[in-house]
Amino acid sequence: MDSHDFALWEKRVDALMILGAARGHFTVDGLRRALEDMGEDAFEKMTYYERWIAAINQNLIEAGVYSLEELGSKMAEVEARGETYGAAQ
Amino acid sequence: MPHDHHDHLSPSGHPYRQDNDGPLSYWQTMEIAVRELMIEKGEVSAAEVSAQIDAMDARTPANGARVVARAWSDPEFKARLLANGSDAAREMGFDIGPMHLVAVENTEDTHNLIVCTLCSCYPRNLLGLPPDWYKTREYRSRAVKEPRKVLSEFGLDLPENTTLRVHDSTADMRYIVLPARPKGTDSMDSDALAALVTRDSMIGVGLPKSPA
Repeated sequence: MDSHDFALWEKRVDALMILGAARGHFTVDGLRRALEDMGEDAFEKMTYYERWIAAINQNLIEAGVYSLEELGSKMAEVEARGETYGAAQ
Repeated sequence: MPHDHHDHLSPSGHPYRQDNDGPLSYWQTMEIAVRELMIEKGEVSAAEVSAQIDAMDARTPANGARVVARAWSDPEFKARLLANGSDAAREMGFDIGPMHLVAVENTEDTHNLIVCTLCSCYPRNLLGLPPDWYKTREYRSRAVKEPRKVLSEFGLDLPENTTLRVHDSTADMRYIVLPARPKGTDSMDSDALAALVTRDSMIGVGLPKSPA
């Protein structure tokens, strides 16, 4: 019943949420709207922080901070760095 | 054999702790990409991300415990806390952000419980990050449907004539339970009182400790 140690990537998602909101790119309402739009499946299959990074990403693209294309090439670049989070981070 | 952790203990006897050595997942890839894009666009710096994580790690239920202990020992502060939780917490130097913090008081005949039925809203400025169970679908639904049963699973059996109020947090409104001051604590100062205040007692799934 106790809390686990949060993984680094989870803490970073949390930090990005706070910092992105502080920059005025989204509100908690905007994040929740994205979460609610994901459909029931997301709540069965994704973990908590997986849903949050998806919601943050969607809000940042909508706010014009970066484009879908930029995200795509960046994710490909990150994936190519290695097979673990530690190698790719 | 550092990776042979089937019994969850390393040869030195330390519990095995997972490192960042699992396969990179799609969502982790997205986190790295989003963070780096934000840095490239000048939205945040790597140092700000680290500082934010540090600040978050520094928040613990000890913050909330100090607020509760003060309310127990200072009736005027308690009145301010119940009237406007955000202002009262700010008065003690805690950063509450734009959120409305609502303190709900446990009394002899009323017990309060907090939940966020939709996700995980939690008075994190005073309690740190929510425990895993608080975020589970199980807790989020059952805290509303059968709160007495949930409390009894936490070891808290409420008398039948106690009124139980369940508070559903929202994006901009967070609740914190002000537990009832335990008996036998009349001579204790704020620090000693704060040591009795547990995280669970401020969520409402537990009671403060009794003085030793």
